[in-house]
Amino acid sequence: MDWDYFFELLFGGLTRGSIYALIALGYTMVYGIIELINFAHGEIYMIGAFTGLIVATILSVLGLNQVAVLVLATIAAVGWAAMYGFTVEKIAYKPLRGAPRLSALISAIGMSLFLSNYVLLAQTSDFLPFPSLIPDFEFMEPIAHIFGSSELVIIITTTVVMILLTFLIKYTKIGKAMRATSQDMRMAMLVGVDVNKVISMTFIIGSATAAIGGVLIASHIGQINFYIGFIAGIKAFVAAVLGGIGSIPGAVLGSLVLGWTESFATGYISSDYEDVFAFVFLVCILIFRPAGILGRSTTEKV
Amino acid sequence: MIKLDEIKQSILVSLWFMVLTFPIMVIRVNPIQKEIVWRWHNLLLVGISTFLLSFLWRHMIRRKELGRKKAEAGENGDTSLLQRIAENRRVYVPVVAGVLVIAIIFPFVFGLYQINIMISALMFVVLGLGLNIVIGLAGLLDLGYVAFYAVGAYCYALLNYHFGLSFWLALPLGGLLAAIFGIILGFPVLRLRGDYLAIVTLGFGEIIRMILENWNEFSFGPSGIANIPRPSFFGIDFTVHSATQFMYLLVLALTVFTVFMVNRLQNSRIGRAWIALREDEVACQAMGIDKTRTKLTAFALGATWAGMVGVIFAAKTTFVNPASFTIWESIFILCVVVLGGMGSIVGVIFGGLVLILLPEYLRAFSEYRMCVFGAVLVIMMVFRPGGLIQMPRRTYKFKSESPGDTSHQVATEGGQADFARS
Amino acid sequence: MSALETFLNTDSKSMESILDVKQLTMDFGGLRALDHLDLTVARDEIVALIGPNGAGKTTFFNCITGIYNPTGGDVLISPPGKMSGQRINGIKPNHVTERGMARTFQNIRLFQNMTVLENVMIGRHCRCKSGIAGAIFRPPSTRREEKQIVEDSYEVLEKIGLTQFVNELAKNLPYGAQRRLEIARALATDPFLLLLDEPAAGMNPQETLELDELIVRIRDQEKVSILLIEHDMKLVMSLSDRIYVMDYGKRIAEGTPEEIKNNPVVIKAYLGEDIDA
Repeated sequence: MDWDYFFELLFGGLTRGSIYALIALGYTMVYGIIELINFAHGEIYMIGAFTGLIVATILSVLGLNQVAVLVLATIAAVGWAAMYGFTVEKIAYKPLRGAPRLSALISAIGMSLFLSNYVLLAQTSDFLPFPSLIPDFEFMEPIAHIFGSSELVIIITTTVVMILLTFLIKYTKIGKAMRATSQDMRMAMLVGVDVNKVISMTFIIGSATAAIGGVLIASHIGQINFYIGFIAGIKAFVAAVLGGIGSIPGAVLGSLVLGWTESFATGYISSDYEDVFAFVFLVCILIFRPAGILGRSTTEKV
Repeated sequence: MIKLDEIKQSILVSLWFMVLTFPIMVIRVNPIQKEIVWRWHNLLLVGISTFLLSFLWRHMIRRKELGRKKAEAGENGDTSLLQRIAENRRVYVPVVAGVLVIAIIFPFVFGLYQINIMISALMFVVLGLGLNIVIGLAGLLDLGYVAFYAVGAYCYALLNYHFGLSFWLALPLGGLLAAIFGIILGFPVLRLRGDYLAIVTLGFGEIIRMILENWNEFSFGPSGIANIPRPSFFGIDFTVHSATQFMYLLVLALTVFTVFMVNRLQNSRIGRAWIALREDEVACQAMGIDKTRTKLTAFALGATWAGMVGVIFAAKTTFVNPASFTIWESIFILCVVVLGGMGSIVGVIFGGLVLILLPEYLRAFSEYRMCVFGAVLVIMMVFRPGGLIQMPRRTYKFKSESPGDTSHQVATEGGQADFARS
Repeated sequence: MSALETFLNTDSKSMESILDVKQLTMDFGGLRALDHLDLTVARDEIVALIGPNGAGKTTFFNCITGIYNPTGGDVLISPPGKMSGQRINGIKPNHVTERGMARTFQNIRLFQNMTVLENVMIGRHCRCKSGIAGAIFRPPSTRREEKQIVEDSYEVLEKIGLTQFVNELAKNLPYGAQRRLEIARALATDPFLLLLDEPAAGMNPQETLELDELIVRIRDQEKVSILLIEHDMKLVMSLSDRIYVMDYGKRIAEGTPEEIKNNPVVIKAYLGEDIDA
């Protein structure tokens, strides 16, 4: 048994899963609050990556060192992605809050199309090379072929984000407001929660985590393109559903499961059917647990 | 008269957008050569256009709010022109007849390019009507409808390649095969609710496409199958032009057939069961309707149309490959249904026509096409979430005692059945 | 066995039991919602099931109508004129309705975007046959059936007194009418036993009085037996032939309204709730 290979796949899956998690969080949070599949979320991730690239290039031309570039580029990506998330919500979703769910879905799809093509037009259809912003740590040298520095950074970042988010949801006032709104929006309004602010906050946080993911993975893979949002978006959404949409730990769990499934399936079986495995796996899980792994199986009171 | 407040607001909005789009619109980088291009003119463009658009947006939102308040207060809006046409049989029949006549003459008047566009449009109308059964009537959010379309297309392509199956045999066979797939794909999702159903069906669509792409021995992979014969008509040799005309008439006939069938299904015992299923699954079952059977029937019947259109697609383009059956196709058909006003046959027809014809005529904007399309979707949904044609469902109405002693049933396009008590 | 039960076992045909629930038990994980419950309903009877909130009354309904599969016990029905003693544990809800037990819901579950007439027409669904072929070809048999459905539905609406709303969307109806529509819809399934879950909830005294008359009318004219869950004691006392009292999933008392009114166990369970005469 080739242990080196196994661990390579293991950490590879963990890395993938972490990235999916950063994106899936946004999906699951938005769904939990307004029951909308935010198709445009993948595009926010992509915009985060692009913004990161642009800022990083400017900063490195100005001569800053690698770490500073990474940090500042990420902050810029987060800032702008949050703005985009906020704006998208105000234009395409807020007016549709009372409308049939399908209409909001179409609006989300329209937004997704608009944003990806907007970036296409304003930037380029080419694959833009993304500089490797994550420095190579010396202590990682010996195992670098299995588990590199950028993987480490990604995993650590995701863990930190997860902890911060859990803290936010559980112990802060805004977190409580978010939980209340996701359980019963009308009731939350009646007890004085500013629902609009809560919803905007949700979008902002979700976009922020996606942007972090965007910068990290772009740095890891080395190139970006206006279309990456779509694929990543679908995968992350699958991960969120797998884990139980609306549940934050579920999003993380689902992402990890998806990441490992993909990694091991492509590694041991075949890389052609990579995406098929993900979907087949999803279908199987949902057949036996219709609400996802950690989903709150809302048994209707008859 | 524009108030100062509004100007201030618009300026703020405009500033927001200028900041928002700054990196993407203004800066273009080449990371390898470390080049940075600053396009300040874009900033100005964004600033001015958002300033003006914000006025327009505000105005339209206000109009929408006004309309909604009026509806809530009970002032029912004037029934739209279409509704009035549909209700009045004397106007309705000649209008439909007129439209049909125009439709039939169409291919003999217009050129090849136009005919092909109309064929595409009508194909999507049929697809929309099929999906409408699943989503509009039964309320099952199927995002993988393209799978059945692919089944039909590959059915003809493969059976023709291996056994020389003719088009006319393939047509019903494709529909049947798609229906079977509909049942197969319907089984696992019976217990799934709303959005879970959506993502799983989306997954099915992708799985089928990926199988077609990768299982080379079976489907010839990404290179697809070529040289698929066009439909023949009693052995007449068609030129390209007349073959296209023939194809058009074929698709037109299929459209009319589909409209007829969907109308019949909608206004029947099973149609009512679907609507009840959509409204409340639990109550529906408690009233004696078999939930499983009703759902599977919806999937199967909905899939049949996609299968048939798939066969036609293969015959039209004489070539199939997996790239024609992506998620985008499913999404597109979904847009046809929703944009057209979910549940209404006329609406779906409109939706299909608009969604195909519009981008064609937007070709002038070519590059901006998809962007505009996305924006149009958003705008349509924000201002008319019920779809272009908002025809409320024609319900069964009861007419009280009339002097006549024979009871007769009249079914119109929208499906109003009047029963006179004897 | 109580005196009443002995009396019920006589040969009088009109006293044969149509619903026989024996030792019904329902567990949800660690929680026992129903604990060895016994209950019978005889032909032409109006039986009430009462008890404090959370006693398990609606769970009971859900168990005998197939929404839950009971953990233990038997649910036996004996539709008049058909095979007696049919065990229906775990049968799907639509089959239960087909066999002749129809129900209403605690929270109104009408088909909101369908008209009153259409709602009742759905009730007729399980008594009709036409399928896809019938829908497409509309042979005379289908057309006749469709016409019959509309007529039968209208008839039901006449009996319930909702004909003035016939073409109105269900969601636009006043609350009392909505509750009655649920009953109409259930009645349209041609049941031998009607299960009403808090039919008077939210009704004012006038509406409750009308409901009282309606239920008695249904029993007398349609020959349908009634089992109802209700909190309105006045209605319960006035309507019922017999009453079962539940608490914590168990049956704590059973008898005529007079007996129940004075039963100390019952009074204790309600703890201060007034049982009006």
